Amino acid sequence: MKSVLPILTVVAAIIALWYGAAVWLNSKWVYDQAARAGVEVSFTEVVKQTMNQERPKLPAPHQVAAELWKTTVEKKITSKRSLVFHGWITLSATLLGFAIGTGLGILLAVGIVHNRAMEMSVMPWAIASQTIPIIAIAPMIIVVLNSVGIQGLLPKAIISAYLSFFPVVVGMVKGLRSPQVMLLDQMKTWNASRAQIFWKLRLPASMPYLFASLKVGIAASLVGAIVGELPTGAIRGLGARLLSGSYYGQTVQIWAALMAAAILAAALVGIVGLIQRITLRRMGMAQ
Amino acid sequence: MSRNLVIQAKNLGLTFQTNDGPVHALKDVNLEIGKGDFVSFIGPSGCGKTTFLRVIAGLEEPTSGQITVNGMSPDEARRARAYGYVFQAAGLFPWRTIAGNVKLPLEIMGFPRAEQEERVKKVLQLVDLEGFEKKFPWQLSGGMQQRASIARALAFDADILLMDEPFGALDEIVRDHLNEQLLKLWARTGKTIAFVTHSIPEAVYLSTRIVVMSPRPGRIHDVIESPLPRERPLDIRDTPEFLEVAHRVREGLRAGHAYDG
Repeated sequence: MKSVLPILTVVAAIIALWYGAAVWLNSKWVYDQAARAGVEVSFTEVVKQTMNQERPKLPAPHQVAAELWKTTVEKKITSKRSLVFHGWITLSATLLGFAIGTGLGILLAVGIVHNRAMEMSVMPWAIASQTIPIIAIAPMIIVVLNSVGIQGLLPKAIISAYLSFFPVVVGMVKGLRSPQVMLLDQMKTWNASRAQIFWKLRLPASMPYLFASLKVGIAASLVGAIVGELPTGAIRGLGARLLSGSYYGQTVQIWAALMAAAILAAALVGIVGLIQRITLRRMGMAQ
Repeated sequence: MSRNLVIQAKNLGLTFQTNDGPVHALKDVNLEIGKGDFVSFIGPSGCGKTTFLRVIAGLEEPTSGQITVNGMSPDEARRARAYGYVFQAAGLFPWRTIAGNVKLPLEIMGFPRAEQEERVKKVLQLVDLEGFEKKFPWQLSGGMQQRASIARALAFDADILLMDEPFGALDEIVRDHLNEQLLKLWARTGKTIAFVTHSIPEAVYLSTRIVVMSPRPGRIHDVIESPLPRERPLDIRDTPEFLEVAHRVREGLRAGHAYDG
């Protein structure tokens, strides 16, 4: 409970800053309107008018909150205007991409740890893959897969996996190599096979590293899924909401979608963290 | 020596090639260890005592000479699971309970499940750790962890126990207690024990034979047969016989040092 107060303080500070910025950024439009109408506006009047614009430069927090409420609770979740509907589209691609990325990452890490040739050949490519901006490669993945008849969930999931496999590879390689020499010698004195060393020593030892990577990976997966929704013509998903919002200058919609993405990311990282705590505690490795 | 020989080293040498040139970790080591012996290796750091133990275990390859363990090469002996090895640190797996840790070598060696349970129970009793089966290593004191580690080395009933400064990190009171327990365990099981230590009293108290080693190159300086009886209460350490042996060991260590100035 001790942590509640600092957290609330930070949240309050962010909201205060946000309101301040909203007033500052949106006041220009109010002044322009007033000048056009040839009237003087008082400062309090300006502040009031910056809070409820239809297309503000920066929507005020309560506008975003109201939009979120309207598009989640008040809309049927099957509606095209429901953020829950769009969130689910993005979430399903995120989870599939995360599963593919994690699986691929673990497999590559196992290969890298056990095979010198793979270490030399795979790691540079894995690193190089992450230096390419995802925004540049995402449309090509969509187009290429579309041309062989794959559309919908999978292309987005692949972009998502492209981002999430990397932290898993790096973390797992480190984790699988984390057992001390002494423990490896110990296994050798029992004449343990490589498979036994892997299952009974390397893999359990890598768990804390894996979970640290998964937290980064799932957030990256969400980013990948959203980016993957941009080049598809912006029909469905949080990415689509972002894009269509920017087409039509619907800043409130953009910010609501951004917020929804942020909440989704926080929830996903939180769930991974919870699984981490439960798993490590059951393994006796929790602090 | 008409007894059964368990370990036999002839002109054994081991040279590590390093960037600073060759390092002679072991040179012309000749030693025979009989069944049921308790042999301690003592010497300053760099004298090759741990290296010799690792050669016996097949963890290091000698570069010259011969060595046999149970009549086989150390590597064959390792594959035949001829020995249990206790390292300097307990080296318990943090995600396994005490029982799980002791069971680990049994799982690896493919013992039937029921027998695993039985053996775990037996060896935990042997090291006085009944009731701690479900605890995780971090919930135990250093001394208890090391006892669990010994239980693990005993679990598969190898005839040889190789111990590399197993009590080096423990305080003296715990160490005394564990030394006493180790002797009892040795008397009860009749194992052959090779024990590396830094401590003269520990070496003298435990061993039937003390191998004094000296560094650069690592070699055997002296082998002292202990005249002490096998049955040894802790206060044997105040007897003249004990002090006499300790004195010889100390002299040996000093001479070994003076040798290379």
